[in-house]
Parts: sequence; structure tokens; C-alpha cells
Amino acid sequence: MKTPLVPALANRVVSRRGVLQGAAAVTAAGLILPYGATPARAQARGGTFRVGIGHGSTTDSLDPGLWEHLYVQTFGACRHNYLIEVGSDGQLVPEIAESWDTADGQTWVFTIRQGVTFHSGKDVTAEDVVASINHHRGDASTSVVKPLLAAITDVRADGNTVVVTLEAPNADLPYLMTDYHVPVMPAVDGSVDPESTDGCGGYIVESFEHGVQATLTRNPNYWKEDRAWFDRIELLAILDPAARLNALITGEVHLIDQVDPATIGMLEGRGVARILSIPGNAHYGFPMDAREAPYSDNNIRLALKYALDREAMVDVILGGHGAVANDNPIGPANRYFHAEMEAKTYDPDRARYYLQQAGLSSLDVTLSVADAAFSGAVDAGAMFSETARAAGINITVNRVPNDGYWSNVWMQDDFCATYWGGRAVEDHMFTTAYAAGADWNESFWTNDRFNELLLAARSEVDENLRREMYHEMQQLVSFEGSTIIPMYNNYVMAVSNDIATPERISANWNFDGFRCVERWWMA
Amino acid sequence: MGFAASIILGLAGLFALAWVLRLAVRRALTGHARSIANDMPLTAAFGILVILIYAIVAIAAPALAPFPEREIVGGQFQPWSAEHLLGTDRIGRDMLSRLIYGARNTVGIAFVTTALAFVVGSVLGIWAALTGGWIDQALSRFVDALMAIPALIFSLLLLTIFGTSVVTLVLVIAAVDATRVFRLARAVAQGIVVMDYIEAAKLRGEGSWFLIRREILPNAMAPLVAEFGLRFCFVFLAISSLSFLGLGIQPPTADWGSMVKDNATLITFGDITPLLPAGCIALLTVAVNFVVDWQLYRASGLKEQ
Amino acid sequence: MILMRVALGIGLLFIVSLVIFWATELLPGDLATELLGQSATPETLAALREQLGLNDPAPVRYWNWLTGALTGDFGVSLSNGRPISELIGARLGNTVFLALYAAALSVPISLILGILAALWRNSIFDRAANAGALTAISFPEFFVAYILVLWLAQTGLFPSIVRINPTTTLGDRLYMSFLPALTLTLVVTAHMMRMTRAAIINLMASPYIEMARLKGLSPLRIVLRHALPNALAPIINVIALNLAYLITGVVVVEVVFVYPGLGQLMVDAVSNRDIAVVQAVALIFAGAYVTLNLIADVLSTITNPRLMHRR
Repeated sequence: MKTPLVPALANRVVSRRGVLQGAAAVTAAGLILPYGATPARAQARGGTFRVGIGHGSTTDSLDPGLWEHLYVQTFGACRHNYLIEVGSDGQLVPEIAESWDTADGQTWVFTIRQGVTFHSGKDVTAEDVVASINHHRGDASTSVVKPLLAAITDVRADGNTVVVTLEAPNADLPYLMTDYHVPVMPAVDGSVDPESTDGCGGYIVESFEHGVQATLTRNPNYWKEDRAWFDRIELLAILDPAARLNALITGEVHLIDQVDPATIGMLEGRGVARILSIPGNAHYGFPMDAREAPYSDNNIRLALKYALDREAMVDVILGGHGAVANDNPIGPANRYFHAEMEAKTYDPDRARYYLQQAGLSSLDVTLSVADAAFSGAVDAGAMFSETARAAGINITVNRVPNDGYWSNVWMQDDFCATYWGGRAVEDHMFTTAYAAGADWNESFWTNDRFNELLLAARSEVDENLRREMYHEMQQLVSFEGSTIIPMYNNYVMAVSNDIATPERISANWNFDGFRCVERWWMA
Repeated sequence: MGFAASIILGLAGLFALAWVLRLAVRRALTGHARSIANDMPLTAAFGILVILIYAIVAIAAPALAPFPEREIVGGQFQPWSAEHLLGTDRIGRDMLSRLIYGARNTVGIAFVTTALAFVVGSVLGIWAALTGGWIDQALSRFVDALMAIPALIFSLLLLTIFGTSVVTLVLVIAAVDATRVFRLARAVAQGIVVMDYIEAAKLRGEGSWFLIRREILPNAMAPLVAEFGLRFCFVFLAISSLSFLGLGIQPPTADWGSMVKDNATLITFGDITPLLPAGCIALLTVAVNFVVDWQLYRASGLKEQ
Repeated sequence: MILMRVALGIGLLFIVSLVIFWATELLPGDLATELLGQSATPETLAALREQLGLNDPAPVRYWNWLTGALTGDFGVSLSNGRPISELIGARLGNTVFLALYAAALSVPISLILGILAALWRNSIFDRAANAGALTAISFPEFFVAYILVLWLAQTGLFPSIVRINPTTTLGDRLYMSFLPALTLTLVVTAHMMRMTRAAIINLMASPYIEMARLKGLSPLRIVLRHALPNALAPIINVIALNLAYLITGVVVVEVVFVYPGLGQLMVDAVSNRDIAVVQAVALIFAGAYVTLNLIADVLSTITNPRLMHRR
């Protein structure tokens, strides 16, 4: 059974090989830092794995098109499989799609694995896959990945293969099929029931209550033999950070997310759990509305960029679990990361200089923050405000309610806080949040040269030219862009010593790419 | 347990100081004032002393605090040292300075809020009791309806709608508290309005405002004062609970309720940092209520022992 | 008179539902924006709004909801399509259980402490109980909870979070919910204790108590047989108020102990703009409040002969 990780692309598209390889490799780089150096112990079946997650609400939905936080993501990974999985090392791994291939990058053929069944006993067929993808397409779809899959013009089943046709060639399509929103679900009359818990994953739902807990038992017919070690999984929504810590310390749960950096040292001192700190491309930022004065003047934007202490923010807000970012949404884990850009340091004199260039001697701005944007955003705002004062910039920190932050503040207020999970492919990140007119272009920044390069790079075949283009785009975003990005944040989780983890943990999303439930085992 | 010992020592010291203060006051005063002071139990003296200290700290905060309220002066969570007596907080601001400024902000906000709630609540309550009829019914039913909605959730709703500036925070908490005060004031006033002297005043042709101000309010003072003592302290807790739910006072303003919340996870590891602001709130609560108890006791006319 | 009170209570519920509906309408954003969060685009928003029926005018939605509620049908949760009655059912049980548990601990404790404090007023005991109770209420609830967890859960005596489901046995339930119940007990005891003490002391200067004292009755007997019955009305009222609080106001404790009660449901629903659920829970809260006050009124009347036989 061959697995064409690098499909044989025809003529011009052949050089897209590199694109795909890269696309796979970028999500990698998820090595456990010194913190979590556990020797791999023999994998063994059994045990109940209890996970405490800092998300979850009674209004959560089973509909994968509406998933947006770690609780539903992990719950989904327990009971569902995807066409393609992102391996711990960032390579694409065949899951329900046994292999995939394309001749021109525009028409893709996925061969569906035979002999896999849903929990209900029904076989997984190509029709199920078609229905699962179609759930996120079409006018009536409410799926959040609708824009992402908009380039798909047709999906059809052909025997045991699924044929996907695109508007234009895109070598990243297999990557899109790993998106956590697009699990393979059973089709009934050509469409999926989004409220059903039936899936073909390693665990069968026993009971669940939204915003409280979900209990799952191992799927005895699971097709993967070296996965899903636990007998039972219990997912608990524990919103309060202290309650999560307590639950881990008292042994009520084995794994928690969002560990408060301030308490990491003390937690390690207890000797019951270890910290896993996984660097990815995720980053925190402060977008400024480039259409509005004073942010329409790049001198003002630069003044603000030199007025914050990035090192201190990494130390204090992330507790050291992250890295300094140079206003660049492309992270060190990305293939075309521009590492040689001039680093911006905290420099009040330089900030003042740019203020003068803008014809100002002082500046008053208001920064809207809430911890809903990212954990520690309010503190980060307070720190920013403190360091900026030395440069004659008065930042009034306006703490807004967490509730409704993304709908009422983000992209509404002209200076606020933001968070991005990071994207594995440069094009994906730039197209989503920096291209002119993009739905989520949070800073409303438009730069002709940047947009020109973005289009050109997508179809550029020469590796070196492409690299240069992406470097120039990063330079533009960093020094002319309208988003201040001070830090890349690691995924930080704490795991009980009763649990063994593989040597390598995926940097593709939190919780080992949500797959901790099937990749980890009882120590 | 050096910490527990220092707390006990500190409290004992305050009591000793209170005893000295009472003695000094007794010496200094004459006549009626002196007899009041003579009756004063040690707890009340303690309460007055603590309130005085808080007031001085609040007023003289800029002079007392070693560092500015908002300035980052050191690393994160530095231990207690000669330079930073109580260490530093989450982003490296001096803890002691934050506590001192917190006295000013927290006590100030709590006082304004409670005062507002009492003025509105008691005036409306007494007016309702005095007027009776449909005004009384309408006001009471409306207040009942508001009280039937849990306070925290109601505040959450209002703050989400109106935003979280200090002014809206004060207004929202005052509005919620005023409903409670209204009920109490109305209940107390209902017992008073049937008294003969009120009838007499009415026959004299006095207006409602005069009756409320000169006849009813003075006689309803005792239970209202008692309620004031508790409500005053509940404002800290309300702010604290609201910041637990992600609303509360704007940074970088220091207030004790938010400071408890910000450092609360540390208590999981037995770290006493969050006990400092919580202790400040507790001490003031106890002090205020000691004084209130003494006033109630005097008002009750129970003079045994 | 009781019928009158019931009618008033129902009217009250109606006003509450209006107030809540009006307030949730004013909240910025709606269910669709909250559901989609950062991922919202105008297109998906429009599709979702249409699907959820958010495009109807407010009065229409209120009317639909109200008529449904009157026939016992609270409708379905807008966000996940589950029947609200199902959503609320188990949680209401949990909330009532915790409230009763906390009440079973706190009411006897506060009555006993209050009576003893009144009996030995101004003694060291009185002052210590008073200061202790005041200290307990002056700590925020979540803080009391954390300290109890530090002392009682990290030492392995009690679990730090409550993992109950409909099949949990009563014994397990009592054991697992002990810490939240204890936290709530500490929170409400002070208020009830102080009121008990105040209500009794208030009567101690009355002539009939003086008379009893002159008869040479023991102080305990005077307090229990002479003062307490006449002080019952305010005590019952404050107990009712605190019971209502235990049912409606325990969001924070629920969050800390991950207790699946109504408060958390309400906060979730408010922040997600799931107005149908907000309405339903608010009605239940208001109903509990009104009922408890009604019971308190009736009980005060029964315990007070003068009110009972009023002309």
C-alpha cells in the first residue's frame, strides 16, 4: 500500500513537491523542552484518562462546523477520525484516506481505507466522506471553515475514492483535510447529522453533558492497533485556573491546559506532574486599525512597536514559555521564516524619534484588552502602558468584558489584543489575516506590494525566489504592518506522572494535536 | 507558621493600641462625650482605631507608598525584601504600594457606592412607606422583581451592557444594593409612620421631605446603620466576585478585590500573597462592624453590665 | 391573604421575565456572534441567524417564548438545540441538593451560635464568634473555597472537584459535595447568626423578659422559651433570604468546584446570548425567591399569634 506523501505532480506543478513537503514539515518542530523529558515507557492498555480543560460551556455544540475551543476539539478527536492526520513530527499521515494523489494540483483523488467502521457498525464509505466535506460547503452551511473550503468546486464519490476538484491548483489541499473541523461522519441520505456522536474514532461516547463532562469508552473495533491505549476517557470542563491546578494536584485529573505561568515552578516542586511546553507558531498581538488616525501613519505604528519590552513580556506573561516575536506572524517553525530581520528592541528614544517624524511630541491612545483575547492580555496591556510612558506615549488600558470580546471589541476598537493559533503554511496565515479585504484582516492593513507578492508567491515555482518573496512580505508586515506581535507563545500543559507521553509531542495545536487521548498511555 | 504568629502579634498590638487610645480619649473628654467613651468596649475602640488607620492610609497614600501605584519596579513575584517589603506582584509592581493605593481606591469606591445605595434606597423606601397606595405598591413590586434576579448575575448583565468604568461599576453595585436597602428602610419606616408623632407632624402640615428627614430617618437610623456596616463590606466582595467573572476595576488601578482574584491561584500552593489584600478587607469588615455593633447596642437601650 | 401573595408572586415572575428579556436584548452581540466567536464572517453569521430564528423582531420572540413557557414548554436551547427542560432538569436537582445540604449545615450552626452569643452577650465567646463570622464573610467566596481545598482536599480528605452524575449514590454525593457545602455554610452563617443574636437581644430589654428574669428563671430558659419565639419572624426571614441565595447566588462556588448547577448554566447562557435558557433559569430563580419569601411570610404569621389573629 503506497502512501504518496509527495504526490507525483505533472510538469509545472512538479515543483510543488517542495510546497507540500514543506507544508508537512512546518507543523513539526514540536520537541518536548527540558521540562517534559520523560523516558518513553512501554505502551500498555488500560486505565482511565481524565482531562481537565479550561473551556467548555453548556452552549457547546456537537456540530463540528461550530467547534472553536479545546474542549470540543479534544472531544471530537476522541470519537472521530479525519481523512489525514498530522503526525507528531508534522508529516501528513494517512488516516481514513489510505492515500491521495493528484495529477495537476487541481483535481485530487483520495482513496478511502476499507474495513473501517463507525461505532454504529456501519462501514466508512466514500459517500460518508463526501457528505462530511459538504457539511462545510454551500450557502446554508454555518461552518466556520466555509471560507477555507470555498475553493472546492466539486466533491464526488467514485467507487472507494473521493474526487475533489478545485477552482485553481493548490498543493496545500491535503493539509486542509487535516483541519479539526472536518471529521469523517456517517452520512444519512447524503448528508451528515451534525448532532450525532457517532464516529469512527478510538472512543465511543458513553455519556456527555455540555460544559460539564464527557465519558467515552474504548472502541473495541478501532482499526488502529497501536493507538487508543486507555480503556476510558473522561473530559472535564474546569474553567477556573486554580480549580484545574487543584484537580491535577489531588489526582482528580491527569492532564490540564493553560497552566498559569506564575505557578509553574511551584507545581513542578510538588513532584506529581510535569510541564509540557511545546513551541509552535501561535502568537499574541495588538492590531491597530490602519484606516484610522493616528494609526494610519506608519511612524506612529513604528513608535508603538519600539515602545514595548518584548523580552519582559515573554518572561512575565508567558513565564518564559515562548519566544520574542518581531511583529511577524510567521513563526520560527515555518519554512520561510525570516530570521535575519533587524530585531526590534525596547527603545524609548527611537520611539520618540518616530513620534517626531509623525510631527508629535506625545501621543494618547486607548488599548482595549480582555483576557479572552489571550490569557494575560490585561497584564500585557499594563506592561505596554508602563514602558510606553518613557517614550511620551500614554496608553490608557481599557479592560473590557471577556464576554463578547470577539464580537464587540476585536476588529471594532481601533487598538486591541488578539491571538492566533498560527498557521502551518505562510500563505494560509497571510491570506487569512493580512491580505487586503480578508474577512479577518484585523488591522485593516493594505499594502499593494504585499498583496502583489502574496499572489505571486502562491504560484511561484522557484524555491529561492519564493523564499525571497516570503521574506520580503515578512519584512513588510514587520516594519510597515499594523499589528504589533511581541511574542510567540508555547502550548503549555501539565501532565500527571501517572501518564506516559511519547518522546515527541505534536506542535500542531494543543494537547499533542488533540490526539493525546489516543497517543498517550498509562505509565 | 511565622506568618500566623505575626498576624496574632499584629492584632494584639492593635488591641493594645486601641486600649491606649480609649484611655487617652477618656482623659481628654469631659461631660457627655466622656460618658460615651467610658461605655465604649475595647472592640469598638479597636474598630475606630482600624478605621482611622485606613482613613489616614487612604488619604496619605502617595506620601506613604514607597513606589507609584502603576510602575513596574522589579521582577515578577519577588520575595519580601528590604527594598520591596511585601515583594512584587504578577507583573513586577510593588505589593505594599499597591496595597496602600488599594486602600484609597477600594475604600473610596465602597464608600461612595454604599452611600449612594443608602441615600437612594432609604429615601425611596421611607417615601414608599409614608405615601402608601399605588406608589408604594409599584415601587415595592418593582424592587421585588429586581431582587428576585440574583445580584451577581444582574450586575453581570448590567456591566456587560454598560461597560466597566469605575462610574458604571459604582452605579451598578449601588443600584443592586439600593433594592436591599429599600426593603429594609420601608419595613422599618412602616413601623414608624403609624406612630403618634408622625400623625402630629402630618397634622401640622409638614411636607413629605420634612417628615422623612426630620421625623422618620432619625428613628430608623439604628437598623440602617447596622445594614450599612455589612453592605459597605459586601461591596469589596461584589467587586472581587465580578473580577472573578472577568469584570471589575480597570487596570492599572489597584483594588483589593481584584488583587485577591489576581493572586488567588497562589493560595493553591500555600503562598500567602493573596491573603494580604483579603486580610485588609477582612480587618476593615470586622472593624466597621465592631463599631456598628457598639452603636446598635447604645441605640437598643440595653445597658446591663 | 396567601392567595393574594401567590397572585402577586406570579405577577412578579412576569415582570422578572420582562426585565431579563429586555436586559438580554440590550447585550451587545447576539447568539450567532457568540457561537462563531473569532471565526465569524458576515456570511456565516447571516446563515446562522436565519437558522436560529434571530431575525424575528424582539416582541415576537418574547411572545413565542412566553406562550411556550406557559404550557410548560421552555423550548429548545438556541445554541445546541437541546430541550431546555432537559438541560435544566438535572442541574436544578443538583442546585437544590447543594442548597439543602448547605442549609442543613448552616441553619442549626447559626441558630445555636446566635442563641449562645445572645445568652452570653458581650462575653469573649460572643465577640470571638462575631469576629470569626465577620472574618468568614469578608473573604470572597472563591477565596474561602481555595483555602478549604488547600486544607481539606490537598491532604486527601475530600475531592477538590465534584464529579457527580445522575447515577451517583447519595453517600457519594454527600461526600463529594462536602467542600462546596462547607464553603457556602461559611458564607451564609454569619448573616443568620448575627440576625438571630440581634433579634433576641432586641427583646431582652422588654418588660416581659424583665418580668421573667425577676421570677428567677434561668437565662437559658428565658432566651429559649420567652425571647426566641418572639424573635422568630426576623430569623425566619433572614433564613429564607439566605436559602434563596443558596439557590440563586452560588455561581462562584459552582465554578470553583466544577459543580454542575444552575448558576453556571445561567452565566454560560448570558455570555452566549442563549436568551431562551437565560429566561428559563431566571424564572426558576425568581420562582424560588418568591416561594421562599412566601413560606417565610406564612411561617412568621403562624409563629406570631398577634399576626395570626389579626382582625
